[in-house]
Amino acid sequence: MHGFAYHRPDSLAEAASLAAGIAGARPLAGGMTLLPAMKLRLAQHPALIELGAVPGLAGISADAAQVTIGAMTTHAAVAASAEIAARLPALAQLAGGIGDPAVRHRGTIGGSIANADPAADYPAAVLGLGATLVTNAREIAADAFFTGLFATALAPGELLTAVRFPVPLAAGYAKFPNPASRYAVVGVFVARFADAVRVAVTGAGPCVFRVPAMETALARDFSPAALRGIAVPADGLNDDIHAEPAYRAHLIGVMAARAVAAANG
Amino acid sequence: MSEGSGTMLLRCTVNGRPVEMEIAPETLLVDFLRETLALTGTHVGCDTSQCGACVVHLDGLSVKSCTMLALSCEGRAVTTIEGLATGPGVDGLHPMQRAFHLNHGLQCGFCTPGMVMSAVDFARRQADPTEADVRHWLEGNLCRCTGYQNIVASVLAGAAAMRAEAGGEA
Amino acid sequence: MSNPTGIGARILRKEDLRFLTGRGSYVADAKRPGMAYGVFLRSPHAHAALRGIDASAALALPGVLAVLTGAELGADKVGGIPCGWGITDRHGAPMKEPAHPALAQGKVRHVGDPVAFVVAETLEMARQAAELVLVEYETLAAVVGLLEAIRPGAPLLFDEVPGNLCADWALGDAAAVEAAFAGAAHVARLSLVNNRLVGNPMEPRAAIAEYEPATDRTTLWSTSQFPHVVRLLLGQFVLGIPQHKLRVVAPDVGGGFGVKQFHYAEEAVVTWAARRLRRPVKWVCERSEGFVSDAHGRDHVTEAALALDEQGHFLALRVSTLANMGGYLSTFGPNIPTNLYGPLLAGVYRTPAIFCEVKCIFTNTVPVDAYRGAGRPEATFVLERLVDVAAAEMGIDRVTIRRRNMIPKEAYPYQTPVMMEYDSGDPAGCLDRALALADWDGFAARRAEAAKRGAWRGIGLATYVEACGLAPSRIAGRLGARGGLYESATVRVHPTGDVTVLIGTHNHGQGHETTFAQIVSDKLGIPAERIEIVFGDTDRVQFGMGTYGSRSLAVGGAALSKATDKVILKGRKIAAHLLEAADTDVVFEGGRFSVAGTDRSKSFEEICGAAYVPHDYPLEILEPGLEEQAFYDPVNFTFPGGAHIAEVEVDGATGAVRLLNYVAVDDIGTVINPMIVSGQLHGGIAQGAGQALCETALYDEASGQLLSGSFMDYAMPRADMLPNITVETHSTRCTHNDLGVKGCGEVGTIGSPATVTNAIVDALSPLGVTHVDMPATPNRLWRLIANAQLPVAAE
Repeated sequence: MHGFAYHRPDSLAEAASLAAGIAGARPLAGGMTLLPAMKLRLAQHPALIELGAVPGLAGISADAAQVTIGAMTTHAAVAASAEIAARLPALAQLAGGIGDPAVRHRGTIGGSIANADPAADYPAAVLGLGATLVTNAREIAADAFFTGLFATALAPGELLTAVRFPVPLAAGYAKFPNPASRYAVVGVFVARFADAVRVAVTGAGPCVFRVPAMETALARDFSPAALRGIAVPADGLNDDIHAEPAYRAHLIGVMAARAVAAANG
Repeated sequence: MSEGSGTMLLRCTVNGRPVEMEIAPETLLVDFLRETLALTGTHVGCDTSQCGACVVHLDGLSVKSCTMLALSCEGRAVTTIEGLATGPGVDGLHPMQRAFHLNHGLQCGFCTPGMVMSAVDFARRQADPTEADVRHWLEGNLCRCTGYQNIVASVLAGAAAMRAEAGGEA
Repeated sequence: MSNPTGIGARILRKEDLRFLTGRGSYVADAKRPGMAYGVFLRSPHAHAALRGIDASAALALPGVLAVLTGAELGADKVGGIPCGWGITDRHGAPMKEPAHPALAQGKVRHVGDPVAFVVAETLEMARQAAELVLVEYETLAAVVGLLEAIRPGAPLLFDEVPGNLCADWALGDAAAVEAAFAGAAHVARLSLVNNRLVGNPMEPRAAIAEYEPATDRTTLWSTSQFPHVVRLLLGQFVLGIPQHKLRVVAPDVGGGFGVKQFHYAEEAVVTWAARRLRRPVKWVCERSEGFVSDAHGRDHVTEAALALDEQGHFLALRVSTLANMGGYLSTFGPNIPTNLYGPLLAGVYRTPAIFCEVKCIFTNTVPVDAYRGAGRPEATFVLERLVDVAAAEMGIDRVTIRRRNMIPKEAYPYQTPVMMEYDSGDPAGCLDRALALADWDGFAARRAEAAKRGAWRGIGLATYVEACGLAPSRIAGRLGARGGLYESATVRVHPTGDVTVLIGTHNHGQGHETTFAQIVSDKLGIPAERIEIVFGDTDRVQFGMGTYGSRSLAVGGAALSKATDKVILKGRKIAAHLLEAADTDVVFEGGRFSVAGTDRSKSFEEICGAAYVPHDYPLEILEPGLEEQAFYDPVNFTFPGGAHIAEVEVDGATGAVRLLNYVAVDDIGTVINPMIVSGQLHGGIAQGAGQALCETALYDEASGQLLSGSFMDYAMPRADMLPNITVETHSTRCTHNDLGVKGCGEVGTIGSPATVTNAIVDALSPLGVTHVDMPATPNRLWRLIANAQLPVAAE
């Protein structure tokens, strides 16, 4: 890969100052998508800011109302967390289905969310649960965070530090994996709260999105049967060698029903 | 070599031995192991982090050495396939290596180091795995020769042997 | 068993230890003093004229040693990459064989076609320099699909090849077939595609070349399945290096599957560069580069028809196939869809008349050549799918129709209408055992249970026959082979009785270091630990054609057996002298030479000692030493065969297939090591299942770009995709080699695509589905299900 300057700050303040001060610098979390792109010479960055030595960025805390996960927490740590298993098992299951074991040992929740790959799993949970994205500068609501293909509301140099997930009454995630990459061809996260239901879809479009028709129907009747007859239009959905848009549209219905079934245990 | 970045100091241990070396920041862990330390048992089978031929342990956890910077190992312990056996010959093999031998869990041998390293990590955390557990765990390790059947058998046998060995020591 | 390391013993592999401890020796692991590194700059276009290459910026970078292009190739008079097989068309005319320069000259013909080779002091410097090489392309219309490539007005790859037609090949009696169709009670028809595959051995290709001016010798280390053939093709046809001045070493090779049995342009360029630069040069292929430069496999479009009488007896088979050659002819390219395809269409059936025509077509894609099975899985897929279609259309049970047409065991040797004479086999025996192991009769209950869960369950079977043990040179020569296909082995017995075997096959996962030692152990009565198998180095091994086409045991093993017999024969003469007996009275058994009917005997080691310390030795009539060599050229192919059964479930909501059970009963002749045989079967079946379920190399029709160009999009079989496979052998001995062996390297891959696909079609047959093209992706099956169920909503 092309050369770059390597920085290994040991405080968030230093990391933030480096990120803000070096044009084009990229934070390096787990590196699971950044490094392959650089290896294939598809991406070139003048500087990488390794976040592995910054204290306080990894860790999980939870209470009855919310689960907070530090940005540098690995997928494996989320998948194995007893606290998350107790309060938000759908999130643990989602994390345990990302990539493969070795990828889960390095890949982080913050890296995944900031990268906003249209087929990544975490964005479905973030949007489906209405999480709050905490950065070194502010807090961003999930609905305002994902802005497009590999695009987020993060400003240049802004660092994601944690994600706060509200604890729902029930939640489920169902994913139809790409047989080669194991990314989501379609992944649907469903969460039921006291006042609303949220449904978020990843993999199907250029950016994770919600399905209001399903949310309304599920708010009335949180069961797979409630989704019958709700068709998601295929227009604008992704088209690749693994799935045509019409198939993705169909899979959204199937995965949503399975996610609801999983949420209902 | 790198574009204006110079070299930086890396201090870690590899197979228990301390390593202290100036390296270019863009050096991947797998290249550091293979090219700098001549530990060529760790292999490169793809360029998209899919195949798992490069799996090593970082502080005991299986990681893909093709997808991390060597500098990210600062202060940490790396174990490669060369660091697994405790002595020469079949008798010196780690129980998981021996299980692969006894169960014909390898053919061309190219994916084998990554498979074994992945399997050791698995067996350490999974007390009594099922066949389905093993097949699921191996989703990040590709093999083109074996159809996985004897690899799965090897991992189950190796996990049992590691359990027995741990029990014997306790 | 009398000999614990002899033929038939399940001994553990001698080669395992180095691989398990990370001490394998692959080409990419090696370094040579003063080594430079090279990278290939490859065409990003499927079809383009090369208008100019400007390497000045690249050459100006520090550390860059050379940027070599087709112009330098021409100036150095480097020859083109030769094709090893020249077929003739149905009228006897030779195939079209356009030039294949090692670096593009004038034109590029597929994405990945090498355009320049950049050599620098480090790999990173070479990569950076490659980015600075400016290539001016004038893009041309490209054609990647077979049906498109034969259309009038299609873009032409070569001006001298009209219609992109390399050869229009045919086999069989067309008139007899037409007559049979005219009188048939039923004709079953099928149009199918055999999907293009990428072999993807886990070790990418690599090469290191070094020239020693002091000796004028050149050494190439290459990831090759056949180093001697590379030496011959590279030395004689490409670079003009005398054979005795060129050494080719193929050390540990991380899987081949055919992909590494061709002489590649990269080997030639790396060697040429090392000689030009007087520096060792190393090139290691990256995986994404391998996707566009390793020869691909399969890629057929076929129309087939089977004529039957009222009882379902096969009367005639007619097959018309378009086979993709890619942008150039690879080493065996034109041989695979012709000689290794048409003659296999008889399968295990008594079809009296068969006609097969194959058009070999150039397209703007990576060259296509042998991939595990090579022609034979394609033939099996046509035949066994067609038999299922016929059975369904005629309302005859799938097993019954096969039994009704099978060649009975007692009818062997059996001459088919398409060239082959099968020496031995028992297809019905294999089928019976497979049906029992798969609980075929209990399937209805399992299907009913699955239906309750919304899953479509299916069971499928296929029989197959394989021609392997490539090959009888005399037949191969008639069919266009430009080399011999024998094999050679030397048995070097040391004074101590330890043995080194030098053999021309190549071990890259097949376990030769163990099985070949077992053959010698069995014959000489010494333990396998005392026998070392040497291969893969043209300076050490006398000659050899390498490993492909399941030939290593059937040809190489047979050569080894003959050489070992010669050792025993000489040993008997030495023993006769020492024991003062006639050599005809000396017998060799259990590692001892003894005079029949007496207690006088000498151990094997005593005879070895005498051969090398010939103080008391018949020097007048016998040379000292004990080393024998055999070149073996078989009289016929060997014909493994068998019956495979698969059981699947299709998720009605998503179209996803789960392979639930797989049973294989194979006739592979004598089994040397059952453990290794099982491993070969498992791996072969996984590859065949991969073709049926998930693997496919897809090109974009408009741009000619490979869409499945990495493991992110090309779905390799993984552990969680496969069930435990039940493997049994039901063997008949090969009648024309003295070991009775047939080979087992490819059998798993030959029956499995048809078996799995037949199971999927069976699963969806209640919906009226009669055929599914491979791979049976969820999207493809969902479409079939949705179309069948319209207007009722799916799920």
